Amino acid sequence: MDYFSILVVDDEVDFLETLVKRLQKRNIDTVGVTSGEKALETMVNKRFDVVILDIKMPGGMDGIETLREIKRHQPLTEVILLTGHGSVETSIEGMKMGAFDYLLKPIKLEDLMVKLGEAFEKKDLQEQKIRKARIKELVRFPGRVFQQEKEE
Amino acid sequence: MKERLYRSLQQKSITLTLVVSLAPLLILGATLYHQFENTCREKTREQISYRAQAQAEAIDLFLKERTAILNAMADTHTFQHMIDTQNLTRIFEVMNARAGAFVDLGIIDNTGIHRAYVGPYDLRGRNYVDQPWFNEVMIKGHYKSDVYMGFRQQPHFIIAVRRHENQQAWILRATIDPNRLEEIIRSARIGRTGDAYLVNRQGVFQTRSRFEGAVLSKANLDTRQFGGRITVIEMKDHTGEDCLYAGSWLNDNKWLLVINQQPLELLSRLFALRQMEMVIISLGVLGIVAMTIFTTRLVINRLKKTDLEMIELNAQLVQSDKLAALGKMAAGVAHEINNPLAVILQKTGWMEDLLEEEDFQNCENLDEFRKSIAKIEEHVERARKVVHNMLGYARKMEPRLEDVDVNDTIQQTITLLENHARINNIDIQVDLADSIPVIASDQAQLQQVFLNLLNNAIDAIGSNGSIDVVSRREDDRIVVRIKDDGPGLSDEMIRKIFDPFYTTKEPGKGTGLGLWVSHSIMAKMGGNIHVKNNPDRGAMFTVEVPIVIPEKK
Repeated sequence: MDYFSILVVDDEVDFLETLVKRLQKRNIDTVGVTSGEKALETMVNKRFDVVILDIKMPGGMDGIETLREIKRHQPLTEVILLTGHGSVETSIEGMKMGAFDYLLKPIKLEDLMVKLGEAFEKKDLQEQKIRKARIKELVRFPGRVFQQEKEE
Repeated sequence: MKERLYRSLQQKSITLTLVVSLAPLLILGATLYHQFENTCREKTREQISYRAQAQAEAIDLFLKERTAILNAMADTHTFQHMIDTQNLTRIFEVMNARAGAFVDLGIIDNTGIHRAYVGPYDLRGRNYVDQPWFNEVMIKGHYKSDVYMGFRQQPHFIIAVRRHENQQAWILRATIDPNRLEEIIRSARIGRTGDAYLVNRQGVFQTRSRFEGAVLSKANLDTRQFGGRITVIEMKDHTGEDCLYAGSWLNDNKWLLVINQQPLELLSRLFALRQMEMVIISLGVLGIVAMTIFTTRLVINRLKKTDLEMIELNAQLVQSDKLAALGKMAAGVAHEINNPLAVILQKTGWMEDLLEEEDFQNCENLDEFRKSIAKIEEHVERARKVVHNMLGYARKMEPRLEDVDVNDTIQQTITLLENHARINNIDIQVDLADSIPVIASDQAQLQQVFLNLLNNAIDAIGSNGSIDVVSRREDDRIVVRIKDDGPGLSDEMIRKIFDPFYTTKEPGKGTGLGLWVSHSIMAKMGGNIHVKNNPDRGAMFTVEVPIVIPEKK
C-alpha cells in the first residue's frame, strides 16, 4: 500500500501524532498537520490520495472551510471527516460538499482502515474513468492538443 | 391557603353581583308600589267623596221634590177645600201616586189645631201650638224636621209649608217615611265595611247605621269636623281600623250624610298587586341568587381548573427548560470527553501496535500488557457508549418523517420483549383502538420510546405481574398508556425520572438516559410524555404523539 498517501489534519497533537505513527506502521505514507492552513500548504508540494480532516479546529480555518478549499483545487482527492456528536449536522453538510464520509470520534483504527480502503477504491475508479475517457478522446481526435488538467 | 382565596373570591363575587342586580330590582319594586299605593289611596278618597256627593244630591232631590209637591198642593187648594177629609184624601192619594213616601197628611190652622188628617194615626184635633217647629214654620214659611218619635212612637220626620189665605195662615204638613231615605242611602254601602247614614248636627242618627246604631241613637261622631260641602277625613272606626269618612251637609245644613269605608277594602286591588309583586320579586330574587351562585361557582371552578393546568404547565415548562439546558450541557461535555477518549484509544492502539514488535515478544509480562490495554479499551468503549446514549444517537435526533402506524409499532416493540417478559412471568395486555390513523412520524424513535417504557415496566415489576398497553385517539393526539403493577414511584422519582443519569437500577445496569432520551424524542416530535402513579398500584406512563397526516405521494 506504499503508493497510497494520506494527510491527517487535527489540532489535537497527541491524537494526530499517534494516528500518523499507527498508519505509517501499516506502511501507509502518512503526513500529519495541525491546521487547515498547513494542510493546504502541504498539499501544494505533495499530492495525497485521502485527507483525514477534523471538523472542529478552533482558531484559523475550520474543517468545512478547509474541505471547500481542498475540493476546489483537487476535486479527486477524497476527504474523510472526523467529527464529535455536536457537529454531525456539519458533517452531513460536508458530505454534500463532496466529502467521502465521516467518522465519529473516538475512532477505532479498524473502522478507519475500512473507510480508507473504500476511499482509495473510489478514487482509483474515478481516476481510471478519467484515464479511459482521455484515451477515448485520444483515439477519436488523434491531433488534439490536451491542456494540462488544472490540479496544480 | 389557595382554597381560602377562592372562597373569599367567590363570596365577594356573589355579594357584588347580588347587590348590583338586586338593588335596582328592589328599588324599582318599592317605587312602583309606593306610586301605585298613592294613586290608589287618592282614587279611593275621590271615589268616596264622589259617592257622598251623589248620595247627598239624591237625598236633597228627594226632599226638594216632597217640599215642592206640598207647596204645589198648598198653593192650588184653599183651606176650606183641604179640611174636607174627602178632598184631603184625594190630594194625599195624588201626592203618593206622583211622588210617594208620604205617610200621612194634615192641615193645621193658625192656632195649632190639627184640622184635617189623612193617615194611619188619628191625629185630628191635636194641638201643636207648643211644638217648636210650629212657630218656625209660621215664621219661615217652611220646615223640615229631624227624625223624631213624636206622638206615634215611630221614627219619622215631617215637612211642613205655610200658606196665607185671607190674612189667615194655615199649614200643610206631611210625614215622610224615613225608611225611604235609608233606601236611597243604602246603595252607598259598599263591600263588607262600607256604611252610609244621616246624622243631625248633634250627631244623632237620622237613618239606621249599618254597624253603629239605630235611628235616634247618638253617633260617635263629631259633626263639627265636617265643613263645607264635602269633606273627607280619615280616622278610626268602631272596630279601631283606619277608616275614610266622607261627609256632605244637606237639608239646609241640618243633616250630615256620612259615608265611611275602610280603605283597606277598597285597596284590595292594591294588595293583590302587592302580593303579585312580592311573588315576582321573590321569584326574581331567588332566580338571581341561584343564578349568581351557580355562575360564580362555575367561574371559580373553571378558575381553579385553569390554575391547576397552569401549575402543571409551569411544572412541565420548568422540566423542559431544565432538560433543554441539560441537553446543551451534555453536548458540550460529550465533545470534551470524546477528544480525550479519541486520544486514549489511539494511544492504546499504538501500544498494541508496538507490542507486536519483536523486542516485546519475549517480555514476560506481554500478556498482562495486552490484557491491561484491552481493559482500557473496554472502558473507553463504555465511556463512549455513555456519551453516545447521552446524545440520543445523534444521527437519529432529527426525526425522519415516514408513514407510521402507531399500533403496529407498539406490536413490533412488544414482540421484541415478549420472551423477556415471559421468562419473568409478566403478562402484557394490549388494547389498541381501531380509530388510530397512519401518521407522519419517525418509527424508529417511537419504537425506542416504547421500548424504553416497556423495559422499565418489566424491570419495575421484576417478576410476576402484568403490563397494560392501551392506545387511544384523543382529539389531535394519539395517546399511548403503559401501565404496570409494580411498586409505583415516589414523589421524588416522579420529579426526577426524566433527568439524565437518574436511575434506580443497580449500578452498571442502567445509564439513566433511557427516559431522558425518550422525553427529548417526544419533545422534538411535538408530543409529550408524562408519568403518574395508578390509584391502586404501579405507575402509568402516558405518551402523546401528535397526529400529523402524511402528505399524499
